[in-house]
Amino acid sequence: MGEVWTLAEYRHEKLSTVSFELLNRGKSLSQKLNVPLASVILGSNIKKEDVQELIERGADKVYVVDDKNFKNFLVEPYANVLMELLNEYKPDIFIAAATTTGRTLMPYVAVRIKTGLTADCTVLEIEEGTGNLLQTRPAIGGNILATIKTPNTRPQMATVRPHSMKPSLPDRNRKGEVIYKNYDESLFKAKSKYLRFIKDESQQVTVQDAKVIVAGGRGLGKEENFKIIGELAELLGGAVGASRDVVDRGWITYPHQIGLSGKTVSPALYIAAGISGAVQHIAGMQTSENIIAVNKDPDAQIFHLANLGIVGDLNEVLPLLIKRIKEYKAKEASKNVQ
Amino acid sequence: MKIIVPIKQVPETSNVKMNPETGTMVREGVESIINPLDLYAIETAIKLKEKFGGKVTVISMGPEKALEAIKEAIAMGCDDGVLLSDRKFAGSDTWATSYVIANGIKGMGDFDLVICGERATDGDTAQVGPGIASFLDLPLSTFTSEILTLGDGRIRVKRLVEGGYEELEMTLPAALTVVKEISDPRLPTLRGKLKAKKMEIPVLGPQNIDVKEENLGLNGSPTRVVKIFTPKVTREGEKIFVKDEKTLNEAVDKIMDFLIKKEFI
Ligand SMILES: Cc1cc2nc3c(=O)[nH]c(=O)nc-3n(C[C@H](O)[C@H](O)[C@H](O)COP(=O)(O)OP(=O)(O)OC[C@H]3O[C@@H](n4cnc5c(N)ncnc54)[C@H](O)[C@@H]3O)c2cc1C
Ligand SMILES: Cc1cc2nc3c(=O)[nH]c(=O)nc-3n(C[C@H](O)[C@H](O)[C@H](O)COP(=O)(O)OP(=O)(O)OC[C@H]3O[C@@H](n4cnc5c(N)ncnc54)[C@H](O)[C@@H]3O)c2cc1C
Repeated sequence: MGEVWTLAEYRHEKLSTVSFELLNRGKSLSQKLNVPLASVILGSNIKKEDVQELIERGADKVYVVDDKNFKNFLVEPYANVLMELLNEYKPDIFIAAATTTGRTLMPYVAVRIKTGLTADCTVLEIEEGTGNLLQTRPAIGGNILATIKTPNTRPQMATVRPHSMKPSLPDRNRKGEVIYKNYDESLFKAKSKYLRFIKDESQQVTVQDAKVIVAGGRGLGKEENFKIIGELAELLGGAVGASRDVVDRGWITYPHQIGLSGKTVSPALYIAAGISGAVQHIAGMQTSENIIAVNKDPDAQIFHLANLGIVGDLNEVLPLLIKRIKEYKAKEASKNVQ
Repeated sequence: MKIIVPIKQVPETSNVKMNPETGTMVREGVESIINPLDLYAIETAIKLKEKFGGKVTVISMGPEKALEAIKEAIAMGCDDGVLLSDRKFAGSDTWATSYVIANGIKGMGDFDLVICGERATDGDTAQVGPGIASFLDLPLSTFTSEILTLGDGRIRVKRLVEGGYEELEMTLPAALTVVKEISDPRLPTLRGKLKAKKMEIPVLGPQNIDVKEENLGLNGSPTRVVKIFTPKVTREGEKIFVKDEKTLNEAVDKIMDFLIKKEFI
């Protein structure tokens, strides 16, 4: 049986933490199957410490393709090189994060090697007896869960929802094998060219990467009130989310929109303030681990999803909450000093 | 400029009802609509046609009923459409779906752009757009939020990624999947509706396009759905009513306890 592979994501010359979440998932699969766990890393000027970190966090092997053409993600060369690797080493399972990169690269590759790909999975298990990968994913806006397998072709491929698992912890003494690969220039040819990255300052913490999201809706009443959402998000180290209604009003930009026609997220905590909980909004956030809702309408749909619901005016609740968190933090900080 | 827009007909999801016993969606009485995210692709294509001239063709794989979706797209301003429909296509996963649509597109001659929605609201995989691009060996921009320039056989686009935007340049023909930010879909016009009503939409099966039988439908699909079930329906927890100063403080205490207990602060 082949190895279990994870795609380590190298963006802006940094290894992203989803790479360690994937190793955590991969480890339980490779242990069950009793095969090596390997990470593939494609990038340019890849740092030795980053490769070492993958080993410390669970990889038995790391396949490294370090090429100047891999400075930025472009699907064609990435797919060409991955296909070479997959055809040479024939892993049994290959998982990547359901990020914009994973969701572009994986289907492009799966088509070429004719194998199954399961999208945005939240649970991965090994089927007793067959050793097949059982992949569970939410569909129809999180209203159902489907378990899917790829019985006859290899590798079994899946993208995994970021934050659906904790990153694996490092063990500084762990040893592993590093395999450097070089490929012919022809594989890097692309009909596309990367021009530039434009950072969005309003996305200090992006909704896809956030552990906590504080989201505001029309109940905020006016654009200025988004400030309290931002302030609360910052205090909690989280990102700012929004309903479509307020995005359409121009109170906040589209990258913050959560829901059917925006982003699907599942943070550890989602705070919805002044959001009614329309199905199209819920479709994007109902798989969040914890939900707190603040809404003045006791019958608002959002309360059906909330672990904690506050029926009240957000203009009273949120400022007081912000004050109390600040007080709490100040108290904790002074405790630590003593 | 010849543009192809693959669209999917999906059940209207604003009132999804699940059968709690079977865990399947109740389809009776549920209206079928164009995948809402495909409307942005249609609008993008029509805008490009208005600016650069040319033709927009919609293509859909699905049952006979999907003709309605194609006609609606034409009523919005697309020029014509093709339906890929046959019992042999039933049960396709994203691999087999992309295969049939890509080969349907190949049969239509030269084109400049394929524009897909980001994802369909039912299957929800977002894999068919990249899949079609891969079968057709096209450069691809996913999550496209803006078309910057088009000309000289090239397209420049902006795509929405984690933490910001990326700009790409691709040679034509190219494939895009688009997000809501790219356009504001128009409504069908009366004239468009009349035109669509009169139009004959070709319905093609495996005999009309260059496909291999073993790649079609359930048999051609590498994935299998093992089971479908409903997640725990509600977690409705504690609800606290703020009526005055006192209850306001209690409510905030509750939130604080929650945040501290779960280690969010
Ligand atoms: C095809 C399609 C796609 C869509 N995609 C999305 C999507 O991706 N994301 C999305 O969010 N929506 C989406 N929608 C829109 C969705 O149906 C709702 O219209 C939208 O979510 C409503 O936003 P809201 O909750 O902010 O506003 P409302 O529904 O107007 O709710 C405002 C809430 O604020 C409460 N409120 C008012 N004042 C206060 C106060 N002072 N304190 C506390 N609470 C207060 C009210 O009680 C109310 O519940 C989509 C719709 C369609 C048809
Ligand atoms: C619960 C459930 C889970 C599933 N999970 C998976 C899975 O993980 N992996 C897998 O391979 N299959 C899966 N499938 C099968 C998959 O839904 C179908 O193959 C479906 O035909 C296409 O996928 P999608 O709805 O996800 O479309 P998406 O890939 O989300 O659609 C993206 C875009 O592609 C175009 N498009 C999609 N379908 C069509 C069409 N029929 N005609 C024209 N254009 C189209 C549209 O532009 C659309 O906006 C699942 C099905 C179900 C019911």
